[in-house]
Amino acid sequence: MQLDARIPLGPLPEKWDRCRFETQLVNPANKRKFEIIVVGTGLAGASAAASLAELGYNVKAFCLQDSPRRAHSIAAQGGINAAKNYQNDGDSIRRLFHDTIKGGDFRAREANVYRLAQISNTIIDQCTAQGVPFARDYGGHLANRSFGGAQVSRTFYARGQTGQQLLLGAYSAMMRQVKAGRVQIFARKEMLDLVVVDGRARGIVTRDLVNGAIESHTAHAVILATGGYGNVYYLSTNAMSSNVSASWRACKRGAGFANPSFVQIHPTCIPVHGDYQSKLTLMSESLRNDGRVWTPARADDQRPPHQIPEQERDYYLEKKYPSFGNLVPRDVASRNAKEQCDQGKGVGPTGLAVYLDFAQAITRDGEAAIRRKYGNLFHMYEKITNHDPATEPMMIYPAVHYTMGGLWVDYHLMSTIPGLFVAGEANFSDHGANRLGASALMQGLADGYFILPTTIGGYLGATPPPPLTSDGRSTFDEAKTLATARTNTLLTIGGQRTPDDFHRELGLLMWNGCGIARNAHGLTEALARIPMIRDEFWQNLKVPGTGAELNQTLERAGRVADFLEFAEIMVRDALAREESCGCHLREESQTEEHEAKRNDEAFCHVAVWELDADDGRPKLHKEPLSFDFTTPSQRSYT
Amino acid sequence: MKSISLTLKIWRQAGADAPGAFQTLETGQLSTDMSFLEMLDVINERLITTNQAPVAFDHDCREGICGMCGSVVNGEPHGPEKRTTLCQLHLRHFTDGSTLVIEPFRARSFPVIKDLIVNRSAFDNIIAEGGYVSVNTGSAPDANATPVSTSRAEQALDAAECIGCGACVAACPNAAAMLFVGAKISHLALLPQGDPERNRRVIAMVRKMDQLGFGNCSNERRCEDVCPKGVAISNIARMNREFLRAITLTDKG
Repeated sequence: MQLDARIPLGPLPEKWDRCRFETQLVNPANKRKFEIIVVGTGLAGASAAASLAELGYNVKAFCLQDSPRRAHSIAAQGGINAAKNYQNDGDSIRRLFHDTIKGGDFRAREANVYRLAQISNTIIDQCTAQGVPFARDYGGHLANRSFGGAQVSRTFYARGQTGQQLLLGAYSAMMRQVKAGRVQIFARKEMLDLVVVDGRARGIVTRDLVNGAIESHTAHAVILATGGYGNVYYLSTNAMSSNVSASWRACKRGAGFANPSFVQIHPTCIPVHGDYQSKLTLMSESLRNDGRVWTPARADDQRPPHQIPEQERDYYLEKKYPSFGNLVPRDVASRNAKEQCDQGKGVGPTGLAVYLDFAQAITRDGEAAIRRKYGNLFHMYEKITNHDPATEPMMIYPAVHYTMGGLWVDYHLMSTIPGLFVAGEANFSDHGANRLGASALMQGLADGYFILPTTIGGYLGATPPPPLTSDGRSTFDEAKTLATARTNTLLTIGGQRTPDDFHRELGLLMWNGCGIARNAHGLTEALARIPMIRDEFWQNLKVPGTGAELNQTLERAGRVADFLEFAEIMVRDALAREESCGCHLREESQTEEHEAKRNDEAFCHVAVWELDADDGRPKLHKEPLSFDFTTPSQRSYT
Repeated sequence: MKSISLTLKIWRQAGADAPGAFQTLETGQLSTDMSFLEMLDVINERLITTNQAPVAFDHDCREGICGMCGSVVNGEPHGPEKRTTLCQLHLRHFTDGSTLVIEPFRARSFPVIKDLIVNRSAFDNIIAEGGYVSVNTGSAPDANATPVSTSRAEQALDAAECIGCGACVAACPNAAAMLFVGAKISHLALLPQGDPERNRRVIAMVRKMDQLGFGNCSNERRCEDVCPKGVAISNIARMNREFLRAITLTDKG
């Protein structure tokens, strides 16, 4: 596998400009001759579909929901970063770049991250022009807040629903192109395979989720914008139907998968409360501005929180990290919560939670002030748990939130399969090991609005793919036959266990073995166990109904089958990375203060997994990362 | 942890053209901490393992924001709790031993696909008629070049909160989509960015809404009552004003 990142030469600030200049253009009259498939209609997919259609390309947009407006980007709450420096507080493209590369714990490409910072400003302009109702100050200008530990106010927001408003902006831009006849929407269709003809991505195979028809769709280029794979853990903050299938199918067709073990665990989620639970809900991290995190000082203390006197409480974050206290980064807060629970100091009925206590803030500022600040979050918490955080401490626990691994892409966002582009959370991202707040929205929109419309033109212009007529018919037919056969197999196993049952088992194994903290022993055990679950799945699965109808159990079965294969590569990647970085604590690699210890000598690279074409075994390739404009430094919060 | 047992009468319909009927299911004891959709999950797992067809229902984010879930519970779209999507409704709000009647959103323009799933693509079709600002990527002026007052931005955001779930249509005796359409018209009419297309937009969207078979508002206020996001009926009034203004202007620009 050749990993040419195609990073333009020259100084950082000029690289993107140079790339745009050197990229071939497509004559406007020729653009209408090209068809482009976009799978996924979240921030990255919808913005790409809209922008490409505006340029004149014919776009087919696919989503598995009933409407493209439902993509999970809609649930992002916090905000989107840009280096506008509207607050005159010293922000700049250079500073946003620097914060982001550092936030990625030096496991991202400098050139990509710099471009992201550059484009960030234009994203805000674009979204505002679309009518995205960002928060305003009293002069009518855009308001900003600081977020994710940044020392400048660069986060733009729309109440607690920034993702929703940005997504609706991108969706509406796409719907405008639907009216113009340049975008065709295929809702309730799921991608089952990628079709590669003569080494180039030429289309996809889908299943119509309403009538079960297996269909193929041709295109000159395919964009995957299908989100992350956090649902491999079964419980996560992801939407229920988020899955890895499209990416994994592409991987099986030859695309490299990068850093699959990079997963962001978010520290402030509502804890699991029963074995029927289907997903986890994130509480905003801003709660830690006023909430104090604690557990009982001794293990197995069953008393309710108000009966535990002050001196018998362990405010462990304040004690261990005096200068950051409760505001330590996400990975540190998550890891320490797990440590407390592992020591038997966890609270609540499951023992898998810690307290986030607002009592002191309420005494200090008054309940009204605290409710003004966090009212909606208090309401949400009370709605789900039936407990009022103003009268008793909240219970929180870490949960899987965002995945930083994904299909490997070069600077043009093209995968190792020519003609297959990957955008947003589905690619291995510009962020490396630890993602900062408010940067996921930025990356999705940068990819879709600004990068792909340029680089796809470059691909189509440089070596135009052959016409779509009869070319590769047999390859398409073969892929359809395979997809049909696989679906039929799932339907005819006739075993005893449901897809969700297998998914839960896999999820728990992954959470315990490849979650917040990993070690060689746990990972090796998980690696041995996954094939056993997989074998049982293919022998003991039960899927009622037929393939020729709306069959949600069948949909889930297909996704779980892919998670069961993909999980193995995640664990392999975690096992190979014998260092801690960003969110990932490899227990064997810690500093004297028990913090994550990076190993730049051995692991300053992107780990890219390829499935061997003959035996399907995963092979590891490495793309070295070099830092010419920044100096990697160890993080410290003491 | 408290538990509860319910009798469910769930609408079962194999397909758009198939006849439908209620199926009665006993839940057995369930935790009151469980969400409504988790209850359906549990019921479905049970149905599958006893060789019966699980209940088809739409859902995705389970955080009350994607707008995909929604059924009518005892006559109320999204169930009895105010300002709540079905996915954010918990069993603690029901009485032990009671019977719940669970149906799909009913409206001629939302045909049933299967069981509790309906086709709401009519909403996308309405948006395609003008629910956007026509601006090409990359040609926008600096975001601060056009100031917008705080109150305008906040009102626009109140309208923009609509998640497109369709409960308003299901609750309305006329199956009107006017709260949904009014919300989008208001959102864009309140902002300077939406101004140039204001007249064309409202005429096109209202015509499309009529054409797709949605009824008209007769001030029942059921839409506002069931809206999980609290979108106000004043948006319908604004839409009507915008429409009148647009059709009476000689210059439709």
